[in-house]
Amino acid sequence: MNLARATPADVWRWLADVPDPEIPAISIVDLGIVRDVAWKASDAGETLAVTITPTYSGCPATRTIERDIVAALHAHGVEHVALDVKLAPPWTTDWLTAEVREKLRAYGIAPPEERAGEASGDILRFVETRTACPRCGARDVTLTSAFGSTPCKALYRCNVCREPFDHFKCH
Amino acid sequence: MNAGSAPALDSALFEFALRLGDTTLVLGQRVSAWTGHAPIVEEDLALTNVALDLVGQARLWLTLAGQIENAGRDEDALAYFRDAHEFRNVLLVERPNGNFADTMARQFLFDTWHFYTLQRLATSRDERVAAIAQKSVREVAYHVRRSGDWVVRLGDGTDVSRTRMQAALDDLWPYTGELFVSDAVDRELVERGVGCDFEALREPWSLHVDGILREATLERPQDGWMHAGGKTGRHTEQLGYLLAEMQSVRRSVPGERW
Repeated sequence: MNLARATPADVWRWLADVPDPEIPAISIVDLGIVRDVAWKASDAGETLAVTITPTYSGCPATRTIERDIVAALHAHGVEHVALDVKLAPPWTTDWLTAEVREKLRAYGIAPPEERAGEASGDILRFVETRTACPRCGARDVTLTSAFGSTPCKALYRCNVCREPFDHFKCH
Repeated sequence: MNAGSAPALDSALFEFALRLGDTTLVLGQRVSAWTGHAPIVEEDLALTNVALDLVGQARLWLTLAGQIENAGRDEDALAYFRDAHEFRNVLLVERPNGNFADTMARQFLFDTWHFYTLQRLATSRDERVAAIAQKSVREVAYHVRRSGDWVVRLGDGTDVSRTRMQAALDDLWPYTGELFVSDAVDRELVERGVGCDFEALREPWSLHVDGILREATLERPQDGWMHAGGKTGRHTEQLGYLLAEMQSVRRSVPGERW
């Protein structure tokens, strides 16, 4: 029995404590994966419906994130959780706030600077991405790999401090 | 109509979702075989990530196919418990990996078609189709940029890399014709505003492919006799070997969870 049903604001706060499994410096709420939280009546009683929008189709963390959400809500006493996966509108890095981008940078990952689709020119060709070394701030950087340790990142090298770094791709 | 009767199966949309699901699944399986074998570590990461995107997209299409069919088959049942003649992928994606140039040429020819297909499906009148396409097209735009880069690098590279890339294009070209053929399923879905007119993709595809080939100093192969049949289940011998490997674990322990 829910003596005091959690408000959506409570739930958002709890989910904001669930770290992204691959980039623990930011939460799944920071990443924009959680889209909506609402109570719904169901046969099992009241169910908390959490709407999520996954990032890349092939992101191996998606299942872990789903499990982490359910586990976190159970830990806060929510018995019945239903996850609704919503594909549209598709996930985009435009949903990352300035504060989240700063968290990424402080963690050593250069955040996306452009809005999705903003880069001019042929979208079917690589164009120079606006990015800066997260350590020294230099803009003289070289792309070393179009993909990094996760689908959402690319690898760069700073030509000034010579450190390699991850860039969170504009998507 | 009886109030209690099940809605008629949308067989055209089921077929269409299977074709896209199988096409992305088979290519995802092919590309994943490079994991741990790519010529440089950056390529290992890239090929693995591209394969993951494709398998993720396959999951979405096959889940949709299972929902439309409404016969209790989910994406795993469709992926692991159908035989080669039931697969609906285009033939291009079942071509073997060959050398690195073969793999990147296949990827480039496919990615370009895939991008334009998804771009059109993104405005499908079926919102499930549109949602999958809108999500996938962003991923695939990145794939096209990368595979096009490789065609240029290898084509406008050394004598060896140029020879291999040209040979790869020549070998694969006869498998590109099928990409632009619309059959009764495709035409029905175009009429309903759900599908994609594949014949109309030939022009934008050619424009992009020709531009890259020019930059790569490669020659566009002559259009000649083209293979076809994948979309109706007539495959090359290569698909059977691929499926045998992909399905063996699941079939050896049906119903197992891990």
